Amino acid sequence: MEEELKGMVEDLQVLKGSLATLEKRVQNVTSLAKTTPTRRSKVKDMSSEVIDSNPYSRLMALQRMGIVENYEQIRDFSVAIVGVGGVGSVAAEMLTRCGIGRLLLYDYDTVELANMNRLFFRPEQVGMTKTDAAVHTLSEINPDVVLESYTMNITTVKGFETFTESLQNKKFSTSKHGTGVDLVLSCVDNYEARMAVNQACNELGQTWMESGVSEDAVSGHIQLLVPGETACFACAPPLVVASGVDERTLKREGVCAASLPTTMGVVAGLLVQNTLKYLLGFGQVSPYLGYNSLKDFFPTMEMKPNPQCSNSACLNRQKEYILAKPARDASAKAKMEAEASSQTEGPLHLDNEWNISVVDDSEIEGSTSNKSDALPEGLVRELPISDNYENKMIPVETNAVTDDLDYLRKQLDALNAD
Amino acid sequence: MEGWDTTTKSTLTQIPLLTTKAGPRDGALWTQRLKEEYKALIAYTGMNKSNDNDWFRISAANPEGTRWTGKCWYVHNLLKYEFDLQFDIPVTYPATAPEIELPELDGKTHKMYRGGKICLTVHFKPLWAKNCPRFGIAHALCLGLAPWLAAEVPILVDSGMIKHKDDAATSAQ
Ligand SMILES: [Zn+2]
Repeated sequence: MEEELKGMVEDLQVLKGSLATLEKRVQNVTSLAKTTPTRRSKVKDMSSEVIDSNPYSRLMALQRMGIVENYEQIRDFSVAIVGVGGVGSVAAEMLTRCGIGRLLLYDYDTVELANMNRLFFRPEQVGMTKTDAAVHTLSEINPDVVLESYTMNITTVKGFETFTESLQNKKFSTSKHGTGVDLVLSCVDNYEARMAVNQACNELGQTWMESGVSEDAVSGHIQLLVPGETACFACAPPLVVASGVDERTLKREGVCAASLPTTMGVVAGLLVQNTLKYLLGFGQVSPYLGYNSLKDFFPTMEMKPNPQCSNSACLNRQKEYILAKPARDASAKAKMEAEASSQTEGPLHLDNEWNISVVDDSEIEGSTSNKSDALPEGLVRELPISDNYENKMIPVETNAVTDDLDYLRKQLDALNAD
Repeated sequence: MEGWDTTTKSTLTQIPLLTTKAGPRDGALWTQRLKEEYKALIAYTGMNKSNDNDWFRISAANPEGTRWTGKCWYVHNLLKYEFDLQFDIPVTYPATAPEIELPELDGKTHKMYRGGKICLTVHFKPLWAKNCPRFGIAHALCLGLAPWLAAEVPILVDSGMIKHKDDAATSAQ
């Protein structure tokens, strides 16, 4: 009885809490909506007519100039943006202004005054969820874009489920690889969330782009990930752009992370440029592009999937990719010949030697060609791979008597009780 | 193992290692992993108690063992400071470590990410990655939370950001 009552009281507290949060969100959104200036009405077709009232005239000009074959196609595309922070919010605004068909936004955080050193969010939005605030601003900028917001953490079991389900919702359109979105953009600021995006995209065979800004705010990168075809985020420890400053002199005491609107803006720009090229089929889509702001250095590279990747979904996509090779070769042959002149360097072999230390300053200036198993200049591995860590540690003994979950749980409870 | 004091290092070597590489979406394998997590936590808690260094309580907050809650404490100038402790097991566990949260300290220190997630040293993630899947919850607490409390609680107390509960009660009267 007592236990049950206690549980009910706890449930009630939780419900009260979420009710209060919801009420606050309604209040915030309503008060902002009241102050909304007159909105332009939706546009049925994108016109290339050059008049002041046409929001798309300069974009449609890309078509006239022969850069893009069919710009209006952009209205058919769905892009999911995970993380609506310093990079994600700006990327969302860029795609909105470009007239993207549909945007899905994911974040669990709220707008804070501490975010005001970055672009996009405004002081009057403090306290709102980032997704609500973003939807409000973006729908004002371009009412033609279909916006969906998801306020949740994708690294939890429940959040991850909602995330993968939302990517598979085909009510707007069906992408060429069978999900409901054409591209996922990862704009999160931590390894855990990147690994969650990687997991979802590997499982769904969903092409995605990763972006990141270093914790010292002076370098960043973008990366294209096509499950099975390119390295996934777990195939090798993540790459980071060496800032060129001696890591040992970097003062990390007292703060976790710095941020600059400039670096974030540049990375968002690189990310959306790559997105437009990928979606609209113009120029060369970068597989990896780094940005070292201290030296204005932009390292590039390609990464093949690791046949020993620890992610089983990645291995399945790799198998599928190999099986589809003959068909792919046939259809690509003609195209390859036409593009033979604009070839980039062959892919690098990255199956070993992860523990490459910080590139020496003197080596950055040089233009030496890449050795087959070395990283390009200016790039380093952020984490080591799992190894046989030499330590005399005691392995967990397996004993049939003690190998029962309830028994173990009770044993810990007993220890916790006194 | 650069970046940790000798006590932490020797404690770490005594926590049983885990062998099953499974996350919360892996069904029966996760149950196996969960058993190993319990064994490591039981060993670690017992060890702390016998060394007179008991400093946390943690238990699964749901039957699936994907959410954990409890308390942790730190003694500074003979006063005990206690905090709520919570974390979720991420879907990509154990490739990624649980992000340990102390919600009461959210916004009180720079050594914390939004939502009260503690900011681990640059040494933590590399060591965790190196030792996947051998490290579990107990190792995360030993390598992550214990050194964080030792470093940050004295600063929080001395700067007046947190008060001992007896002090807080007195000043509120
Ligand atoms: Zn992989």
